Amino acid sequence: MTATLDPETLAELLQTIRRFVTERLIPAEQQVDREDRIPEDILRDLQAMGLYGITIPTGYGGLGLNAEESVQVFFELCRAAPAFRSVIGINNGLGSSSILSDGNDDQRNRYIRRLASGDLVAAFCLTEPDSGSDAGALTTTARRDGDHYILNGTKRYITNAPQAGIFIVMARTDPAQAGAAGVSAFIVERETPGLSVARPDRKMGQKGAHLADVIFEDCRIPASALIGREGQGFKVAMRALDRGRIHIAAMCVGISERLIDEGLTYALDRPQFGKPIAEYQLVQAMLADSKAEAYAARCMVLDAARRLDRGERVSVEASCSKMFASEMCCRVADRVVQIHGGAGYISECAAERLYRDVRVFRLYEGTTQIQQLIIAKAMITARRA
Amino acid sequence: MKIAVCLKRVPDTTTKIVVAGDGKSIDETGVKFVPNPYDEYAIEAAIAFKEKAGAGETVVYSLGADVAQETMRTALAMGIDRGVLLQSPGSPDGFEVAKALATEIGTGGFDLVLFGKMAVDDYNHQVGIMVAELLELPCISAVSALTIDGSAVTAEREVEGGVEVVTCQLPVVITADKGINTPRLPSLKGIMAAKKKPLELKPVTLGPGGVTVTALALPPERQAGKIVGEGPDAVPALVQLLRNEAKVI
Ligand SMILES: Cc1cc2nc3c(=O)[nH]c(=O)nc-3n(C[C@H](O)[C@H](O)[C@H](O)COP(=O)(O)OP(=O)(O)OC[C@H]3O[C@@H](n4cnc5c(N)ncnc54)[C@H](O)[C@@H]3O)c2cc1C
Repeated sequence: MTATLDPETLAELLQTIRRFVTERLIPAEQQVDREDRIPEDILRDLQAMGLYGITIPTGYGGLGLNAEESVQVFFELCRAAPAFRSVIGINNGLGSSSILSDGNDDQRNRYIRRLASGDLVAAFCLTEPDSGSDAGALTTTARRDGDHYILNGTKRYITNAPQAGIFIVMARTDPAQAGAAGVSAFIVERETPGLSVARPDRKMGQKGAHLADVIFEDCRIPASALIGREGQGFKVAMRALDRGRIHIAAMCVGISERLIDEGLTYALDRPQFGKPIAEYQLVQAMLADSKAEAYAARCMVLDAARRLDRGERVSVEASCSKMFASEMCCRVADRVVQIHGGAGYISECAAERLYRDVRVFRLYEGTTQIQQLIIAKAMITARRA
Repeated sequence: MKIAVCLKRVPDTTTKIVVAGDGKSIDETGVKFVPNPYDEYAIEAAIAFKEKAGAGETVVYSLGADVAQETMRTALAMGIDRGVLLQSPGSPDGFEVAKALATEIGTGGFDLVLFGKMAVDDYNHQVGIMVAELLELPCISAVSALTIDGSAVTAEREVEGGVEVVTCQLPVVITADKGINTPRLPSLKGIMAAKKKPLELKPVTLGPGGVTVTALALPPERQAGKIVGEGPDAVPALVQLLRNEAKVI
């Protein structure tokens, strides 16, 4: 997909997001962390800014940015605590992309416009108590019953479940088919009888962003809720994941750059042994390593995004970027806590909060180990082909 | 309702200012320029009043070099309908600017003309008030709250130790103080749409003006603080210094 914006408009867009992040989001971070809630007015601002529809085509009221443009938006937006991105993340990613790529016109017209505006929030339900990395082993069932499907099963750690109006659900339609081939994707509306959302899980970081179990008990949905065809659920999910991984990597870059700023500011302000700690070479090494690694990740993300825009297959590049950027981000967070000394362990400190916030990047949308498997498997397959 | 709003491109108040070689202007290299913050209040007011009226037009005017178009796009992105840039290089004096703006705005048939109460680069507090005079319109300056009901205008002004409430009829010139509203950030869609909104360029020739800036100097560096002592024992010495050295009490 070619660039949708001229350079000045893109620059203005990014500058506005930076201002929004600096003036509105960063000052609210501590309160969000303390209260585990994003204030209503900020949610309204996220909507008013149009951030729920960054990647959604303009025809549906979104901004229609291509991958290269959207990762730049995420670089800026994710200078703020990642909880803010989390509330808009699914609408811009797995929640809308599956309907856009594989859904039909009825489904698109019914949901996409409201996802783009943020009036409707989506959740994506793949993980289960007994299937995480091995997503193909999922056991939630969707049994066909005339014009309906009947869903049974439990989904775990579902981001935005407490707020979501629709759930994209991966369920097994063919019990005879083990693995991915028997899985289909459905859109389930929140009010559907038989769907319930458990109490939100308490977690390490990203306070203000919520996740919970989603439980289906004889949940009856119309057959028209199927996305694409039966058995294609995984194809739907995997296609969305390449883009999703690039977005996660872009988040990691944004938050790393913020952390580096925090570390640099502190190092210049904090005197020990008669001069600012920034003048000690051991501290400089931590700053320099962080800077170089964040720069490397930024380049990887931009390259993967440009390839995606050119229509190339980017599974390997997306996995490389997600793996490197998330590991990098956690190293940077660790160093920035180190630079802060004891202050970095105290809750008023942004480094302490962000350190907790970033840990999950190495876990979700495929753990680091799963990315390693994907990358190595692709390398081996290509050599043997 | 037809509303005009005037906008000046100014250096970001957080940028470090360096005086140029001529000793009377600022060195613009590396300086980030933004809409004058007080003008942002005026822009917000213009958009909000039009939204409330449900119909009408908002026009942003600026006088300056061609690069001011960039700043005007921000106003268009926030929601102003169209813009007119009076192209003029250099930094003319306030009266010359006011004359050029009044000539342009005077023919527009506006109900409301909005300014920021001052520009943060030169602190002159002049142009809005002068434009009102030239257009023979009433002017309420430094307004911190504004309501319009039909053609009745009620404005609040913060005066020493209190609030003054004034009323008048449209048309009127208002200069905005902070407190009048919270300027919105442009939405991302607004930014994309701003590119397609009309922005007219009109060259103007200004007179030499009566006021000349002859020198510009940075404030003196802050002196390091002095610790007089600790606890109640230090109070007499502190009082003595505040009275005799700092001369503040
Ligand atoms: C904050 C948060 C939000 C989430 N949001 C969502 C959501 O919205 N929707 C959703 O569907 N899911 C969501 N998840 C779930 C997330 O995607 C899974 O937690 C993740 O995929 C890992 O699965 P698991 O937790 O079952 O770990 P497991 O798969 O049990 O993995 C445990 C460990 O074993 C390793 N491992 C597993 N298999 C292998 C292997 N073959 N080789 C080597 N090592 C292996 C893993 O790398 C990991 O270190 C979320 C999770 C969190 C924490």
